[in-house]
Amino acid sequence: MTTYLIRRILYAIPILIGVNLITFALFFFVNSPDDMARLALGGKRVTEEAVEKWKRDKGYDKPHFFNVREQGHARFTNTIFFTKSASMFVFDFGVSDDGRDIGTEIRTRMWPSLAIALPTFSIGLAFYITFALILAFFRATYVDVSGVVACVVAMSISSLFYIIGGQYLISKLWHLVPISGFDYGVDALKFLVLPVAIGIVSSIGANTRWYRTIFIEEIGKDYVRTARAKGLSEARILFRHVLHNAMIPILTGVVVIIPSLFLGSLIMESFFSIPGLGSYTIEAINNQDYAVVRAMVFLGSVLYIIGLSLTDVGYTLVDPRVRLS
Amino acid sequence: MPVTSEMTAGRVRLVTMTALRDAILATLLILSGIAGCDEAALNNPYPARERSENIMYSFFSERPKHLDPVQSYFSNEIRFTAQIYMTPLQYHYLKRPYQLVPFGAAAMPEVTYYDSNGALVSARASSAQIAYSRYEITVRPGVYYQPHAAFAVDENAQARYIGLPQTRLAQYRSLSDFEHTGTRELVAADYVYQIKRLAHPALHSPIFGLMNGYIIGLDEYAKELAAFAESVSKDAYLDLDRFDIAGVKVLDRYRYVIEIRGKYPQFLYWLAMPFFAPVPHEAERFYRQPGMPANISLDWYPVGSGPYMLSINDPHRMMVLERNPNFIGESYPSTGEAGDRQSGLLDDAGKLMPFIDKVVYNLEKESIPYWNKFLQGYYDLSAISSDSFDQTVAVSANGEVGLTDEISERGIKLHTSVAASTIYLGFNMLDPLVGGLDERSRKLRHAVSIAVDMEELISIFRNGRGIAAQSPLPPGIYGYRSGEEGMNPYVYEWLDGRPRRKPIAYAKKLLEEAGYPHGIDAETGKPLTLFLDTTLVGPEAKSRADWFTKQLRKIDVQLVVRATDLNRYQEKLRNGTAQLYILGWNADYPDPENFMFLLHGPQSRARGSGENASNYTSPEFDSLFEQMRNMHNSPRRQEIIDRMVKVVQRDAPWAFGFHPADYNLAHGWVHNIKPNTMANNELKYQRIDPTLRERRRDQWNTPVLAPLLIVTLLAIGGLAPAVIAWRQRERGRAGDTSVRAAE
Repeated sequence: MTTYLIRRILYAIPILIGVNLITFALFFFVNSPDDMARLALGGKRVTEEAVEKWKRDKGYDKPHFFNVREQGHARFTNTIFFTKSASMFVFDFGVSDDGRDIGTEIRTRMWPSLAIALPTFSIGLAFYITFALILAFFRATYVDVSGVVACVVAMSISSLFYIIGGQYLISKLWHLVPISGFDYGVDALKFLVLPVAIGIVSSIGANTRWYRTIFIEEIGKDYVRTARAKGLSEARILFRHVLHNAMIPILTGVVVIIPSLFLGSLIMESFFSIPGLGSYTIEAINNQDYAVVRAMVFLGSVLYIIGLSLTDVGYTLVDPRVRLS
Repeated sequence: MPVTSEMTAGRVRLVTMTALRDAILATLLILSGIAGCDEAALNNPYPARERSENIMYSFFSERPKHLDPVQSYFSNEIRFTAQIYMTPLQYHYLKRPYQLVPFGAAAMPEVTYYDSNGALVSARASSAQIAYSRYEITVRPGVYYQPHAAFAVDENAQARYIGLPQTRLAQYRSLSDFEHTGTRELVAADYVYQIKRLAHPALHSPIFGLMNGYIIGLDEYAKELAAFAESVSKDAYLDLDRFDIAGVKVLDRYRYVIEIRGKYPQFLYWLAMPFFAPVPHEAERFYRQPGMPANISLDWYPVGSGPYMLSINDPHRMMVLERNPNFIGESYPSTGEAGDRQSGLLDDAGKLMPFIDKVVYNLEKESIPYWNKFLQGYYDLSAISSDSFDQTVAVSANGEVGLTDEISERGIKLHTSVAASTIYLGFNMLDPLVGGLDERSRKLRHAVSIAVDMEELISIFRNGRGIAAQSPLPPGIYGYRSGEEGMNPYVYEWLDGRPRRKPIAYAKKLLEEAGYPHGIDAETGKPLTLFLDTTLVGPEAKSRADWFTKQLRKIDVQLVVRATDLNRYQEKLRNGTAQLYILGWNADYPDPENFMFLLHGPQSRARGSGENASNYTSPEFDSLFEQMRNMHNSPRRQEIIDRMVKVVQRDAPWAFGFHPADYNLAHGWVHNIKPNTMANNELKYQRIDPTLRERRRDQWNTPVLAPLLIVTLLAIGGLAPAVIAWRQRERGRAGDTSVRAAE
């Protein structure tokens, strides 16, 4: 497994360089350093001298990829791409275009993102699997049919509707929790109840149907028939054998998203005023802050690669037949 | 023991009852946990300890990027810096037209004028005679800075946190990690130091370019400083006191002088902006120590002497201003406009400000949460978003604006004011089709101006919040004329006591005279097509684009709306390649020069990177502008402004657009609210009644628990048949198995 993981890490390097290259090209295809300077300096009374000074101070006065004025390797290193990308490979994200330390921002803002994402993910997962197992248990009965119909209806509704509807009902009409906001420590609880509940409910349709399909497929297999024939209770069959054997497809969809929970949710954080990494990314895009955008894309890529590797490792844990080589 | 059906049913009932009891208990436990076991309503977003405290709650939707007074220019930045820093001057809170009064200065600056030989000349001397102006400012003695680590000293009276080794600095994460604080008296040198910071190589002051043209010696100083900065390490501390600006001098502890090239009366207005607020050199030395973490900077933690200080700066969540314990104090104004006494705006006359202890600003990105929190009493003030306009504002049959019953029953008050802003539809005067000063192009622009019905735009897209513009000048700015004398006679006619847009038939006639009968170019026979560049995107943009197209279709002109991103839009304006465009301007200060310069020829954006995006150049207008710009307000100045307005109405480089109106709401417990579109330091004047607020919050936010219990019961009710069926199936299976085993 160690060899496998080392190989995955080595594979990750060209992938991350590629991601950086694409991010850089896409960003500067839309925004020029002049545009970034003008946006940062404001719409009023911006002189050419001020634009040039801003670019010089922030390191955007260099050529993009190739510096003809330099000699040797400096032709490649004294460019915007290299100076803004190289340090990220040692996780030094530098400072944003408005002078804030990006690493500190990420370390500070990942906790609010996690505070929403982790309970939504874990409670949601437990709920979806339980609900799906119940539907599988009652397959082809009124419980199953009405459950599936409810899931399809739930899937058809936009997540924005759940957010606005939840805020309207729970906070505005019934006055049960604050409509938005965030605090740290125990005080965070009252702000988390609603977004977590909405996060779970809004995904109930798609997830439950997905897990139900997996379980029904498993239930039809020979070992389940054998277990029933041996007199095992249905609960034992479902929660011990079926669930265990359905772990491979579940892991495929679940483990890969665990690392990206740090990155937060863009819409949820915006509507509930959660100071997480989702809103940080959106802000950076709106402000044309390349330093933050490239850091967040890089971090997202790293986390995704970690997620995929964890999934592979997870396979070996749930299925002894799988070997990583 | 055999299991009977009665026993099974009883067991199921017991299980169901237990589950129900547990669910209700769990719900109540969660709710009591959420409420923190206190008296506050369940949906109260604030800690219980803040109940009945003298705290104002507000919000912001976009985090400020800069809080360094030399860099902050956006309104979302100045709303904080204006409360923290003590500018030399400020606007009178109640008087209109806007009037400057001393704030950090002990009195209004003494302004004297000199000719090129350095001889004193009269204030009435012509601009040509005046070589430079001298502003002598006396600072209020006894003003102290907020408590701050930069001023902290040890037992030997040495700075405690200046010159720290980098290893020690690396331990600090935020300003609050510095345990000790100190203060010192504000002196004239601090104001001079801030002027020097305008040219700091590591800072980006938006007004440096402008001030470079006015403050004597600033340019030379900036070059000298930049050259020195090049010669030292990038992170080295630049001691600005080692360099002097020829035109800016400290006279003594409380007096300093600024010398300005020529005559520039508007300079006084700049002295009311944070760019000229005092900054102590200790702050710069403290924050710019090599090794100081990037997140601890003057841009993040201001050091002021104003009524408030920033105690929490977490702009991704909240920002908190607290009363500065060292603030010298200031009395609430005793005079105002007619009607101010009746409306209670002079009830606090002579009382010591500020009235509010603390202001909590929460980040609210979306309008729905902040609007509902305002209605629940958790925000004290709010603007009105378009989504909630109909719910909030009622317009009577005679056009009077008021609040709906639902809103006014809550004791909410509406405050309206016309902003010192102009939004305009501009023509690029360099464009071969719509530009130029010949009669043909003028008639074409007038026809377009008549066709684009700004009153309809205000009604449809702004819920009636605004007034159609007749000239570049908004109401409240010297030179603005209302009524018939201010009407644009090329677009409107005076009928029944108000201006009416000229008929479309007249616009068509103008178009025909311009060489486009029925919207067809008489020379080429092709339909006349115009292009409007905008940055509008999204669903509303589509309806706006359709609306503009429809307006020009009224005169048989085809309009192509080219929506683009902000970067490309600005590029088109810079290159002079746009044809029609939409822009706006918010006043920096209440002087006609600040609007008229938008049409000043040398300010052309395509030719000189100025703010004249229409690239309008009229020798007549430019000559009048040069006369008017440096004059004090007088009948002669009004006369020149009238002539300038007539010139631009005739030439029509803009279709003039509208002046937006601000509609703001305040709860009944907020006092001393008077819209002031110039001043930003209004916080110290405002007062709240926390007791009344607490009563209202309790009244408006009683928790409704019934739906929660119903939902719980429904969930349990829905699950019960499934549980019963499960158990029956399990028992059936067990029964089958035992029967089979027996067999």
